[in-house]
Amino acid sequence: MARNPVTWLGSPTFPKAARAALQDTQLRQNLRKATGTIRGRRAAAVAEMTDWEQLRVAGEQIKDDVLARLDTLLLQLEESVTARGGVVHWARDAAEANRIVLDLCRAEDAREVVKVKSMATAEIGLNEALEAGGVHAIETDLAELIVQLGDDRPSHILVPAIHRNRSEIREIFQRRMGVEVSDEPADLAEAARVYLREKFLTTKVAISGANFAVADTGSIVVLESEGNGRMCLTLPETLITVMGIEKLVPTWQDLEVFLQLLPRSSTAERMNPYTSVWTGVTPGDGPQEFHLVLIDNGRTATLEDSVGRQALRCIRCSACLNVCPVYERTGGQSYGSVYPGPIGAILTPQLVGDMHDPQAASLPYASSLCGACFEVCPVRIDIPSVLTHLRAEAVEAKGRTAESVAMAAAAWIFGAASRYEKAQKAGSLARFLARDGRITSLPWPGSKWTSSRDVPAPPAESFRTWWRKNRG
Amino acid sequence: MASAKEEILQRIRNARVPAAPPVVRGYDRTGKGGVELFAERVADYRAIVHTVSDVPEALERLEGKRIVAPQDVPPEWLIDGVTWLHEPLSIDELDQADGVLTGCAVAIADTGTIVLDGGEAQGRRALTLLPDYHLCVVRADQIAASVPEALQRLEPTRPLTFISGPSATSDIELNRVEGVHGPRTLEVLIVT
Repeated sequence: MARNPVTWLGSPTFPKAARAALQDTQLRQNLRKATGTIRGRRAAAVAEMTDWEQLRVAGEQIKDDVLARLDTLLLQLEESVTARGGVVHWARDAAEANRIVLDLCRAEDAREVVKVKSMATAEIGLNEALEAGGVHAIETDLAELIVQLGDDRPSHILVPAIHRNRSEIREIFQRRMGVEVSDEPADLAEAARVYLREKFLTTKVAISGANFAVADTGSIVVLESEGNGRMCLTLPETLITVMGIEKLVPTWQDLEVFLQLLPRSSTAERMNPYTSVWTGVTPGDGPQEFHLVLIDNGRTATLEDSVGRQALRCIRCSACLNVCPVYERTGGQSYGSVYPGPIGAILTPQLVGDMHDPQAASLPYASSLCGACFEVCPVRIDIPSVLTHLRAEAVEAKGRTAESVAMAAAAWIFGAASRYEKAQKAGSLARFLARDGRITSLPWPGSKWTSSRDVPAPPAESFRTWWRKNRG
Repeated sequence: MASAKEEILQRIRNARVPAAPPVVRGYDRTGKGGVELFAERVADYRAIVHTVSDVPEALERLEGKRIVAPQDVPPEWLIDGVTWLHEPLSIDELDQADGVLTGCAVAIADTGTIVLDGGEAQGRRALTLLPDYHLCVVRADQIAASVPEALQRLEPTRPLTFISGPSATSDIELNRVEGVHGPRTLEVLIVT
């Protein structure tokens, strides 16, 4: 089977990538500023709602229902979309999805297509596949455009260029657009408006993702802010939408929950500036040809895991990234995937589906298990529990390692009081390695531990010894 | 060999996900807000809001401009002194107009949102997208208190556009900046 492009080829494991990222003070500054801002604003937007917890519970339950009835609901969606003049395609993996989209572009003779920001197409590496097939995809979301023009990689689900500050963006725009522009965000947005206007007005094929698809009506929903989405969804003649099979909601009414949860969780707004809903084709209004590509790409394998499958409830709001102390310090690119942060740490390895892949297997460790991600998740994904569950899988996949040997030894020592006491006496010898009460480097296998943290020096005598002397 | 569709459906069935309990809708489905809250929340997103009783009089602000109007706006809206542009209009003609005047299908007080459904006085979606200025007339009875109430009033299979303020982006340092690709100025007339 071909490798899943959800992780970037050649990415180092998380600890290695994080160590490098931590040296980048500019990156840390940019991230601290941006995530700090959005954290405060999200908290305020959520505090306004007296029924937030009830909305979260409903969001969780609706998505669990979707996962329980996924086959039926997908067939229902296909039927509704087809009845309204759309064409539905199914793709087992990234390569199949990319081939379908490329063939559709070729059928329209399109050399250039405009794109609405979409995690699904980023996950399958669609832009690269199209480029290889002679079709140039133009990203129209401001942050995606910054990443594309900067020959960069995304670092955040909602704001892929969050690692760039205004002066870096200015430099990229000046270099790639050939215009003079200040570093004022308003001027930078204006530069993007001018740069893309002509493309919007003339391009015949657009590609989008989907935030939601309503099974019983066949309606597709895209939330956005800039109007680039409306441009792509309205002006071209052909629209191709790529979505993961889990993006469903059963009924139109269910959207009332998610249209409240998503904007407040992601951009901290009561409502995002624009939401577009379309159902198949509407004569005389918008694209007259509509294709919906449903992708699996590791989702059905994720569905099999009774603990891990809750990751498929994710609505890609990115609230968990913004509150994560690990993400804030390492940035998104350290995760080596389009899905960074806490949700990435549980979703990416499951989509990859191979815990023998050292990079994917390192992701569940990209967390201090502080639980902030669970608290903000609008669909109540218990990320810490899934992380520990996946860590166990990673350990199992690794087989006999220094860690498992150490654990087995520990079990033997703890198994008998006399062995435990002897081990403690041996341990107190480690005091000779300590300076100022800390041990910064232990001999192997302890070096595995001290390579990334200090160990407090053990006391001169153990509690057991002390007890026997004083109270025994 | 099985088709992709058959294979995906089979994999889903093989996963044997247990049935989920019924959804508990314990959240507020009604809301309390009306005209006042709607006006306040639309203004929060830097839209310009006026509460008026006489629409033609309020439309005098358009005088001297070239304004797109769907064919089926109330005839009294088409006041003198404005160059009215009607369909059929090309993309370039829309792009070069000074603005567009429409009604709406539903509005939402809680979130300061207007919803267009391509119905009466709204036209196709491109009309409200390309001109840089959008003037939208909202009748008080079109304002729903909450998101659930608004969705209930809408017909999902129509092409819908939910608009909350002028186009904006938060992509640079997560600061909100108004005005990217959609209309940079949104003006709302609430008719009471």
